[in-house]
Amino acid sequence: MISQLALYGLASAALFSLGLYGLLVHAHLLRKILAVNVMGNAVFLFLVALGRVSPERINPIPHAMVLTGIVITVSATAFALALARRLHREVGAVDLDAHTQRSRVLREPTRGESRAP
Amino acid sequence: MVIAIVLPLLAAPLCLFMSRRVLFGLHLLVSLLSALAVGVLMREVMAAGPLRYAVGGWGAPLGIDLQVDGLSLAPLLLTALVMPPVSLYAHDYLTQPAEQQLCFWPLWYLLWSGLNASVLTADIFNVYVTLEVLTLAAVPLVVVAGGAEALRGAIRYLLFALLGSLTYLLGVALLFAAHGTLDMVALAGVWADDLPSAVGLALISVGLLAKGAIFPLHIWLPPAHAAAPAPVSAVLSALVVKVGFYLLARLWLWVAEPGAQAALLLGLLGAGAVFYGSLQALRQGRLKLIIAYSTVAQLGYLLLLFPLASATALSGSLLQLIGHGLAKAALFLAAGNVLHVLGHDRVRDFAGLGRRLPTTWMAVGVATISLTGLPPSVAFLGKWQLLEAAVDQGQWWCVVVLVGGGLLAAGYLFRILAHAFVDDPAYPDAHPLPWTLAWMPLALALLALLMSFLGAPLERLLLPGNPFAGTP
Repeated sequence: MISQLALYGLASAALFSLGLYGLLVHAHLLRKILAVNVMGNAVFLFLVALGRVSPERINPIPHAMVLTGIVITVSATAFALALARRLHREVGAVDLDAHTQRSRVLREPTRGESRAP
Repeated sequence: MVIAIVLPLLAAPLCLFMSRRVLFGLHLLVSLLSALAVGVLMREVMAAGPLRYAVGGWGAPLGIDLQVDGLSLAPLLLTALVMPPVSLYAHDYLTQPAEQQLCFWPLWYLLWSGLNASVLTADIFNVYVTLEVLTLAAVPLVVVAGGAEALRGAIRYLLFALLGSLTYLLGVALLFAAHGTLDMVALAGVWADDLPSAVGLALISVGLLAKGAIFPLHIWLPPAHAAAPAPVSAVLSALVVKVGFYLLARLWLWVAEPGAQAALLLGLLGAGAVFYGSLQALRQGRLKLIIAYSTVAQLGYLLLLFPLASATALSGSLLQLIGHGLAKAALFLAAGNVLHVLGHDRVRDFAGLGRRLPTTWMAVGVATISLTGLPPSVAFLGKWQLLEAAVDQGQWWCVVVLVGGGLLAAGYLFRILAHAFVDDPAYPDAHPLPWTLAWMPLALALLALLMSFLGAPLERLLLPGNPFAGTP
């Protein structure tokens, strides 16, 4: 019988690899950012599983670590999304390949968006 | 110890309310006070050895401690030496409208605080937090200049940094699962050579290699460092990537006991970095890219510490860390002046620059002495000690790396100098640079050269608390 912690550990290792694969394979930035989030959740899953010492007793330290980690991941994700949006506005593409620049002339600035100087 | 972290943190929001002139005063004040704080710390460590401070009086198992010893003093000292001149330089270099500068300075001081915090903390989870503070302050600074190239560089940097920190965090989780503690000293006490510890350490190391831009995880560095504004590139190259190396050294030599093969692997990565980075630098046509690849190469020397693992090698690599930091900051600031005057940094079109920017090219020349490891620079002392350790232990391949890397560095750096000293009398005279722009690169380069006269006290400073005490 496989222990509960090992089960969680294996699940989080699988999630982590999945996220890593997504980060390396996909060109689209949104997919990359999502992949990073999947990786983050894999780590958090493992940490939360660690926090359970026995059904009655819970170690609070991993929980504190997960909370801190979530705050950091959320802000990093928000910042990455803002950068991706800015890149989309400047070159009209959402990947890191320098050759996929589309002509800016074809695009009208969306209402409510100020054009970059 | 706390002052070094809190002081820049306090300055960060203050910047929002200041006019340009007052801001200059703030830079001077913060620089002075942080130099004072680091100076006091240095004196105390020299007198009493490594120090620990329990933040809030909680103490290690529950609270998060700070610690300082010779190893943390090296990056602390480097930060205290590099940040002030670069801040003054940035004050006059940024030409963006005021509202964009409003974003710049709080991030700048946040970065400063993160740098100090990440080398002072004694808790491996807190390291993750400070690394994220560093990343989230450094990436926006790269995009301050704007433009698609900077954006792409910044996004790649951010994704790599997130990949690195999550890998690091997974390693921390494994170590916590195996040993039930996050404190570095406590962890060293209970370290065991079992599978979870080994996997955890490996994950942590990969994460730190990505953060520290160490070959082959360096690919984010050149685009990000080349596209950032000059003062930002200077700080990123001189200070931020060093944190990765510092933490690697801390965990490998103080906390864990990895085998000789693993240490050799790190050393070989370093050798790869030296040769690959130097050859790439030789191939580049743009000044900032040359300097960025040179950073990749120079970081490689630091890794030779792991296979050599002796007190001599430790003080050698820390001296190299300080020498490279100062010289690299000087070079990037000089590149900023070139961009400021020419509007481009293509090395081929540098004719006449030597006459036009005399102090800047003197800085480049002096920094070249440091980066190629010629006497009397600090980097020379560092490389000499690494050489000494390599010869003592009969690890001849390290000698090849050290000497070969120096020759290659001479190759790519003298090329810059040669192009600039071609005289071009047709060059129009430009309006002179502000004094900060003209003199700060030279000040940093001279510091890298002249600090070697303090070589012996410096060495004594870097050794308290080193794990090789007692071995020759």
